[in-house]
Amino acid sequence: MTMNRRTLLGAAATAPVWGALPFRSARAQAANTIRIGVLNDQSSLYRDISGPGSTQAVRLAIQESGITQAGINVEVVQADHQNRPDVGSTVARQWLDRDGVDVIVDVPTSSVALAVNTLVRERNKVFINSGAATSDLTGSACTPNTIHWTYDTYMLAKGTGGAMVAAGGRTWFFITADYAFGHALERDTTTFVNAAGGRVVGSVRTPFPGTTDFSSFLQQAQRSRAQVIGLANAGGDTINSIKQAGEFRITRGGTKLAGLLVFVTDVHSLGLETAQGLVLTETFYWDLNDRTRAFTQRLGQMPGNLRPSMVQAGCYSGVLHYLKAVRDMGVAAAKASGAEAVARMKAMPTSDDAFGEGTIRPDGRKIHPAYLFEVKTPQESRGAWDYYKLVSTIPANEAFRPINEGGCALVRS
Amino acid sequence: MEDLLFELQLAMPQVILGVINGAFYALLSLGLAVIFGMLNVINFAHGAQFMMGAFVAWMLLAFLGIGYWPALILAPLIVGLVGVLMERLMISRLYKLDHLYGLLLTFGCALVIEGLFRNNFGSSGQRYTPPREFQALNLEIGDFFLPGYRVWVLIAATAVCLATWLVIEKTKIGSYLRAATERPQLVQAFGINVPLMMTLTYGAGVALAAFAGVLAAPIYSVHPAMGANFIITVFAVVVIGGMGSIAGSIVTGFLLGFLQGVTEVVYPPFSQTVVFVIMAIVLLTRPAGLFGRA
Repeated sequence: MTMNRRTLLGAAATAPVWGALPFRSARAQAANTIRIGVLNDQSSLYRDISGPGSTQAVRLAIQESGITQAGINVEVVQADHQNRPDVGSTVARQWLDRDGVDVIVDVPTSSVALAVNTLVRERNKVFINSGAATSDLTGSACTPNTIHWTYDTYMLAKGTGGAMVAAGGRTWFFITADYAFGHALERDTTTFVNAAGGRVVGSVRTPFPGTTDFSSFLQQAQRSRAQVIGLANAGGDTINSIKQAGEFRITRGGTKLAGLLVFVTDVHSLGLETAQGLVLTETFYWDLNDRTRAFTQRLGQMPGNLRPSMVQAGCYSGVLHYLKAVRDMGVAAAKASGAEAVARMKAMPTSDDAFGEGTIRPDGRKIHPAYLFEVKTPQESRGAWDYYKLVSTIPANEAFRPINEGGCALVRS
Repeated sequence: MEDLLFELQLAMPQVILGVINGAFYALLSLGLAVIFGMLNVINFAHGAQFMMGAFVAWMLLAFLGIGYWPALILAPLIVGLVGVLMERLMISRLYKLDHLYGLLLTFGCALVIEGLFRNNFGSSGQRYTPPREFQALNLEIGDFFLPGYRVWVLIAATAVCLATWLVIEKTKIGSYLRAATERPQLVQAFGINVPLMMTLTYGAGVALAAFAGVLAAPIYSVHPAMGANFIITVFAVVVIGGMGSIAGSIVTGFLLGFLQGVTEVVYPPFSQTVVFVIMAIVLLTRPAGLFGRA
């Protein structure tokens, strides 16, 4: 009995030591460890384009960077920002202030991205944004700590807007999600339509979120007799608009649908029967060339059996390049200053299977070509996920907003 | 004046579309009203059950090759059975407590159900194509094209709403039900199995949601959040109609669909808000709802 009690007491006395040991070793390792935080939508409309698939892409980048063989540890954490700036900020703050996260990756939803953008700058860490659309990240809100990797509203508007007018769609009617993102997309596209000699004949603002039936708006668009109906919305809104346009035979009189933000997973969800003929712009497509196909194969099975979206590919490409910079400058220097790490990334050309060769501009804009695709008809498609045919390639130096037009303070100085 | 008439004529199709959307509101709020009237439970899982109806229809087709017509019967039965299990295992334990507990429980269930579907099927949604025979119902008047399937939705929803109303107001079972709502102990004393009736009522309410889900599957993409998008508006409909009022929920559902249709033409950005403005006005002037008893 006494023995028992003594053993217990002894165990209790050593308990703090047991607790402290792994903690200490973690501290010792921390100096040689890069922590990557993947912050995105894990639970609602952007889950399929980013979500757990982005984390999978980040893990592939770590594996292929060969950084662990160089004796550097890399840890990945992920969290759901629920598309809410308050939630995203809270997670980012905790990661940066308490958990020692060095780089935040992905962050779709422009409002959340802008909030994280500020936090990362204040703490001098690194922000590699792949998921958000707003071109403000390399414009008025640009920082020396942020790189906007995959796409932006300007690129989408120019790609789809400019090309549709060139193809003969001179008059436009917009169906616009009634919030900042939709307004920005409509505004930017209008600029390109006008510049190319087209004309906008009308638009309708649909409540966001909560609109499920677009048939009334589609009929208003049809009544305007516009040649192109521009969908300035995203995710489920776009899917429902396209689906119901098919149902109501909106395109039977030759009206074309232009999806201003459509991802390959949206097309997969719609099916070719409904989505055929839709014109859209992306910077990555799994079946674009041998390198993208090889990349897709190496990624392995993605969550939900989907193929990678351009956002997920961007997470891969961004992290791969960041880790190159870390190896180049050393872990200590990379951890000490996010701005220095980003400066190093900008100084090196990028190269990977997802986007090919590219560069990063001083304003933080990653530069690579964009592709105008048309969705295939069911007859043209030769197998699973054979969805796009390439209409035209917009060269890297033309795809994005010219550096002096964004109003980024880093450019002027 | 003539201009106005011309405009109204042009707006007619949109108003018809509004009424068809109202059919969904009516079906969903009817299920909620039946459940609230009988069980005094605010069923926040209704949106998730609507979504399950659509998903079961899709699964029947994708995995078993069972088409739309059998699914229209099977999916409500299957989801209704899930509802019966939920009521027996969980909800029945909360009848003695405040409304709030039932609301929290069903809300939690909704989150769990939606999460499970999201993990298994992703967020972009599945597609469900309606059978070709509906194309015979297609309406084409000048520029206006109304897909036959929407016509069918209006017919089916109206028929089911009327049938439910008839059962509750005009049959013996309905009278038991109404009596049990008023004085459960007394009805039980007459030898009627009230707990069983409550279980079946919950199952029936859930089946109505699932039926609406099957009707919606070909129109919207079948995805885990499809019910969540609807349910807030539907709760507003129930409040406007008067909690638990059967006729109230049906009439208000169609009425608000109509009003939304009009707003979508006059001032689109207001088309979601209009329902809540009306709810606020009704709550201020008739707190029991348009058809409710104070």
